[in-house]
Parts: sequence; C-alpha cells; structure tokens
Amino acid sequence: MASAEIIIQTDNMAKYALNINGNKVQLEAEPDTPMLWVIRDMVGLKGTKYGCGMALCGACTIHVNGQPVRSCSTTIDSIKKNDQITTIEGISENLDHIVQQAWIEEQVPQCGYCQSGQIMSAVALLKAIPNPTDDDIDTYMTGNICRCGTYNRIRKAIHRAAAMQKGK
Amino acid sequence: MKNTGNITVNRRNFLRYTSLTGTALILGISRSNATGTAVVSNLSHAEEGYNLSPFIIIEKSGKITIFNTKPEMGQGTFQSIPALIAEELELAPGQFTVVQTGGEKKFGDGQAAGGSYSVRSSYEMMRKVGASAREMLVSAASKQWNVPVSECNAEFARVFHKPSGRSLGYGELVETAATLATPENPQLKDPKTFRMLGKSSRRPDVPLKVSGQAVFGIDVEVPGMVYASVERCPVFGAALTDFDASHATKITGVEQVVPVERVFGNYKTTGVAVVAASYWAALKGRKALKVKWDYRGNEQFNSTDYSQHLRDLARNEGITDVSTGDFDTAFAGGQSQVEAFYETPFVAHATMEPMNCTAHWKEGNKLEIWASTQVPSDIINELPGMFGLSADDITLHTCFSGGGFGRRLALDFVIEAVNLSQKIKKPVKLIWTREDDMQMGPYRPPTFSAMKGALSSDGKLTAFQHKVIAPTILSFFVPQQDKTKVDETMVEGISHQAYEIPNMKNSFVYADCPAPLLWWRSVTSSTLAFAHECFLDEMAHKAGKDPLNFRMEMLTKQSDTKRVLQKLREVSNWDAPLPEGKGRGIAQWDFFAGLAGEVVEVTRLSDNSVKIDKVYVVIDLGTVVNPDNVKAQMESSVVMGITAAVKNGITFANGRTEQSNYHDSPVLRITESPEVVVHILAEGGSNIKGVGEPGLPPVAPALANAIFDATGIRLRKMPFDLDDLKG
Repeated sequence: MASAEIIIQTDNMAKYALNINGNKVQLEAEPDTPMLWVIRDMVGLKGTKYGCGMALCGACTIHVNGQPVRSCSTTIDSIKKNDQITTIEGISENLDHIVQQAWIEEQVPQCGYCQSGQIMSAVALLKAIPNPTDDDIDTYMTGNICRCGTYNRIRKAIHRAAAMQKGK
Repeated sequence: MKNTGNITVNRRNFLRYTSLTGTALILGISRSNATGTAVVSNLSHAEEGYNLSPFIIIEKSGKITIFNTKPEMGQGTFQSIPALIAEELELAPGQFTVVQTGGEKKFGDGQAAGGSYSVRSSYEMMRKVGASAREMLVSAASKQWNVPVSECNAEFARVFHKPSGRSLGYGELVETAATLATPENPQLKDPKTFRMLGKSSRRPDVPLKVSGQAVFGIDVEVPGMVYASVERCPVFGAALTDFDASHATKITGVEQVVPVERVFGNYKTTGVAVVAASYWAALKGRKALKVKWDYRGNEQFNSTDYSQHLRDLARNEGITDVSTGDFDTAFAGGQSQVEAFYETPFVAHATMEPMNCTAHWKEGNKLEIWASTQVPSDIINELPGMFGLSADDITLHTCFSGGGFGRRLALDFVIEAVNLSQKIKKPVKLIWTREDDMQMGPYRPPTFSAMKGALSSDGKLTAFQHKVIAPTILSFFVPQQDKTKVDETMVEGISHQAYEIPNMKNSFVYADCPAPLLWWRSVTSSTLAFAHECFLDEMAHKAGKDPLNFRMEMLTKQSDTKRVLQKLREVSNWDAPLPEGKGRGIAQWDFFAGLAGEVVEVTRLSDNSVKIDKVYVVIDLGTVVNPDNVKAQMESSVVMGITAAVKNGITFANGRTEQSNYHDSPVLRITESPEVVVHILAEGGSNIKGVGEPGLPPVAPALANAIFDATGIRLRKMPFDLDDLKG
C-alpha cells in the first residue's frame, strides 16, 4: 500500500490526524462524526459498510490497534493520537491474508455486503484465539449479521484459516 | 439509420457503447418482430441495426467481453450466466470480462433477477450464442489455414489444428470470423464434455467481496455529489402538512431541505429530504426537522385488530381457486374431520445494504442512475413515462446488490432519488437508514389459512380445503384489482401440489392493508407452505400414520415430488429411530420457483423449548449449473426460513411499525445457525427449475412438524419462540 500522506480538507470543525492502514490522513470533521462515515466518505475507503448505525450488525467493523470496533458507533473524536486504524482494505495487499484466502476457498460470500465486517472480526478472533472451537467462533462472531445466511461457511473458513495459520 | 418501430440504434452509438475502435467479432441476439423468437446474429458489421443484444465481443487484442443481464445480489448470476456462454465458447474462467447491463433496450426486457428465473430463462439461448461464436471462430481458422473444419477444435480461447500443430488465439481470428454468417443451428456441447457447467465453480465476485472492492450502490461516488436522508411519515398512508427547516439548515453541512415524493406503485407519500455535503450532516439535519403530518385516521391501524380482522374474514366463503371432486360431501362423510387455523406475520426484507440510489438529473433532461436493483429493465421502461423522458435519455449503472430477496424489485427508492435530483439539480446519493428500511415497508404480506380435512376409515385423506385470507401485493400495483376473481399470486401452490386428493376445494378471501406489501423471497409460498404442510402433518397424526408415509400414499403416480420425498427419506435416514428427546419433521413445496423438500431435526431442551440441530435439503433441479452455489443458496434459504419462523417479524401500533432495527426485528445469528445437508437432484432434461427460492417454503413447516414430534406442541402461528413454545 502506498505510504503517501493523504490530506483532505473540508470547510468546518476540528482537525484530525488519523493513521489508516498505515497512511497518515489529515482531515477536518465534526467531532461527533462516526468513523464509518469518515472512512467511507472522507477517506474514500468503501469496503467498510453501513448496516444498522447502532453496533447491532457488525458490517462496519474495523480494527483500532488490532481490536475490532464498530465504526458506526465510534466517533472520530474518540480516536486517540497514535491509534492505528485498519480497514478491510488494509489487511493485505493482494488478497493474501489467510482469512481472505480461506473465505475464497470456502466461497463464503453471497451478496457480500457484510463480509468486510465478518472478515475483520475473524482476523481479530484468530489473533486472540489462534485455534478456535465452534463455540469460540460462535461467541466471537455473534455480533456480525449475515442476512444471506453464510454462517456455516464462515465457521468452516475460520477453521481453515486457523489451520493455515498453524501451518505457516 | 433504420427505424423499425420503437427502437433505433445506429452503429456510432452502438460502438460508443461498446467502447470499440476496430474490428471485432460481436455476436448477439436479435428478436424477430414477426415471431418474437430470438436468433443469434453476427453484429460485427451491422452498420445500422435494431434490437442489438451484443452478448459477446471478441476484440483483435484478444480481449473478450461477456454481457450479463441478470443483476447479482448474492444468488450467483455474475458467475452462472456468463458461464453459459463461456462453456460453449471454450473459455476458462479469467479469460473474459463480465459487464453488467443497465436495462438498455437493445438487451431486451429480461434484464431482471426474480422468480428464481435467471439461469433457466437463459440456459438454452446463452449457450447458443457461445456455440455460434465458437463455430465461427473455428470456421475462420479453417479458412485461414485452408484445412477442413473437422480438423480444427477450440479450447481455452484458441483454435487448434491438431494435424499440423498450429493454433491461433481468438483475437487473431476475429477479422475473418466477423465476415462469416451466423450458423443457424450451432452444435451445442454434449453435457458430458462440460468443463464448467454442472461443476462447482468459483464465483468471480468473491475476491472483490473479501477485499472490500466490490461496488455496491451505496459505494458509488460522483463528482459534485451531495447526500440526502428523508424523513417520511411514520404512519402509513398519511400526508405531509407542513415542515419547519429552520433548525435543520443551521446544521453545518446542510444545504437545503425539500419535499420529495416516494412512489411505490399506487402508494404515494411525500417526505422531507435533507440535502447535505455529507451523509452524517444530512442525518443530523433530519433530526432537527419539525414536520407536521395529517394521519388521515390511519393511526388506528394496529396488529391486534388487524389479526382479528383477518380471523373474522375467515368466516366468508371466499372465491374458489380450484375445486376438484365434491369437497363438501366428502368432508361431511369422512370417518374423521380436522379443522385448524394458521397465522403468519408481516416480515421485512432487511437486506444488509439499505435501500439507496444515486441519481443525477442533468441539463438537457438527461438522467444517470446508479443503483443496486433487481430490475434494470423496469427502471428503463417505467421512468420515461413518469419523468417525461425517452429510454435513451436514461443511463443506468447496475451495481452489486447487498441482498435483494425481492425488495429491489420495487422502484420506490430509485424514483425518490430521481425526484430529488430533478429538484435540486445536482447528483445526489439518497440513503435509507436501517430504521427507514424496517419502518417504511414494503413487507411480506401475512397469510392466514383456514384448513379442513377429512379421513377415510383406512386413514386416507379424502377431503381437503385450504382457504387463504390475505391482503394482496398486486393491490399496490394494479389500479383497480378485480376482487371477484382469485388473486393467483396469493394462493400460490396450494392447489398444485402433486398429492392425489380426490376432493379438494381451495379458496381466497381478500383483505385490505394500509402498509405497502411486496414479493419476499419465495413470496406467498413462504407462508402458505407453513399452513399446508403442517396441516398435512396434523392429518397424518390423526390417521395414526408416519407423516412421510402418509404423504407417499398420496403420491401413487411418478412425480418430481415423489422423487424428492424418496431421496429425502434416504438422505435424512428417516426410517432410523431418533434418540430419546429428539424429533424430526418433514415438508416439501412445489411452486413457480421450483421444488424442494426438507427434514428438520430438533432436540427437546425442556417441555416447551427446543434447539434446531440439523436440516436436510433435497432440491430438484433437472439441470444444475454450479452445484456449490446451489448448496450455498439452500444454506441461505434455511437461515432465512428459520429467521422468518422464529423471529419477531413486523408488527404495528398507532398506525406505525413497532420495530426499528436489528435489535427488535432480529435475524438469525451464527450461534443459531444449524448444520445444513444439501442433496441436489439433477437428472438432466429440459425442465430446469429455479434455485434462489425453493429452499425456503419447506423450512417453517418442517421445523414446526419436528417440534410437534419432539414436544407434542402443535404450532399454528408464526413466529414461534423456540425458548417458550406455545401451541
């Protein structure tokens, strides 16, 4: 990913310096703006999705310092100076993250709209629990809704990714 | 220019559309106006033309483009439709680019995804297009080499001459191929030689969807674009009286506040749009609006009264759908009679991507639209009349849909965005919030069912009646629905199951509904199958028979349904007794979309609670294009079917929807998702059935029947609470 500094200017409110996917981003926004809309409409990374706006569905999941958070309910003002933000676009350069690979192997997505969030949660799960059981997966992934019902494939793909991680 | 009636396309426009500069082999379909039949045509040198549907373009550079007319919403058409052409054209995945069409007239009126119809409606014609191109390329090679056609064959975008070891890429052959006549009857491949069709294939949209690169409607950005959110009346059928935007316009970023009309068939309402530089500002502005509505008495509408109203209507005789034998006499003369009443709720589509549309009304009355839609053709056909445009004035970009399930068959969210752009003279992205999506409708209509059945002394079903009481979807789209005749779409399947029942009289009772209604994945079958197949279970138990055996006794003749149930018996191990505390139930449904049967297994947790363990699905297809995708669609149908059976759905009070988001109208989560075992029956033949919907109708009845088997509790009202079952 390019490391050029991105500067975006708008005509109002507070100035922020964010670190997104390893890039420094400076922008101005109202302090109560959710990171979801900052990431999507100011930074222009569209992989993070709006689903509910209430942290109920997980479609907007990003990482802040490696921890999964719901960007729809995280205001830009709550982001600290050195926080590292990662979106779906930042987890690999060429689709080579093991979770992405496992998702392709198991052909998980249908409509695909929730999958950025599913993958961000799964990446965090495998960091926290490298070899998760079905119960671990259920507990960790229960905040991510998939209306197409790809849950069984998500479960399989996480097990596959865990095995790939082990084999590395 | 040649003008043949209503469609005129000249070559310049055509080439601009296809972005071509030089010679290319362009094969498409032209429709004979006289017969309406479609024939494959060589459009490469069409100086002027009409009804051009260029499904394949092969350029000299070797670049191959395949056009896909069926929108992708998760059901797999981005792979399955182009694969029909690619198979016959001897292309491997990755050797061609897929372009999604945008309702252009030249591609015909079938640019739509609905009714589980995409693959079966394309199967023969798209293969013929691919086969024609292959034969022309092979002929071109044989001409260039001056060798017999029989010595040449195509493989992986090249034509080979085995005896001499020569080969040429398709791009090197297009100049010659483009001058050839299109074969009238190209030889389709023997299915035994298929490389892709019938084999599990990877979907080309999957890599885009695991990297955040797939462009859904909500992801579109247009230069100069503004955002909008619309406050609509919470009470159905109410009118806008007045609004005060003074506070809203003080919010940073808010540009203007204007009324905007939503048109859902003949249900028309005016809301107040807040237009802003960012979506967040639009949302904040919307919260600051003060709006006055005229509820017009519609605030009385509520679920308790409405359910009672439908129950009261059940006393009406209704309009007869199908009558065979003499139901009344047979029912009265039966050895034993059973009557039961079934109820189902309103439910929301709740696609993960909320409704949204980006519209740009340009100078000179040209319109550009970006939308996640199931119906590009409808947009191009219907908007001209509404906005005083011609079809050529509209450019539509069909984006990936973040779920459809029928919701995106409606144009309301598109029309609303176009209305707004026309008013503000800017490109605008109008996004519905999740709350808008849940509260504004449309919803799947509820159906209530009054069931009657009689058994003979040997426990055979001799008389059967399914009376449906329901509001109709078509009442929102047909100005004056003729209510002296049955609305066939509301009694879908109830008179056309394969069961041999000597005396049957099914009927329909019309109800009205103020909340807008729409087709929802598997439509009326998703509720009618619940009543129908649960009641058959009740009759089986009354007869003291095994529910599967009871059904098989009504299937003496060979039928697809019989085949499905036989296979289901085998794969679900139906005849092996389950351990204590477990139960299983069965259901099948045959309707416009196709045919599937399911067995659900549950574990009893207490006297009145169960857990769903496993679902066996048998789907009857005739011919399968991508088995793994069919399996995915069955898994999906099971999850969606369980959600509809056990989650809240939508209820009303004070004229409004009571639910607002996923917390109070939940969908199934990973913790609740059972194991799904899928078996595909694909024994060939021309009778291809659908995939997207048939897996859904049997879910609720098979589950309810399993619950009865495990607990003795007979459920006749959806939704049911698995933790607190009440008969």
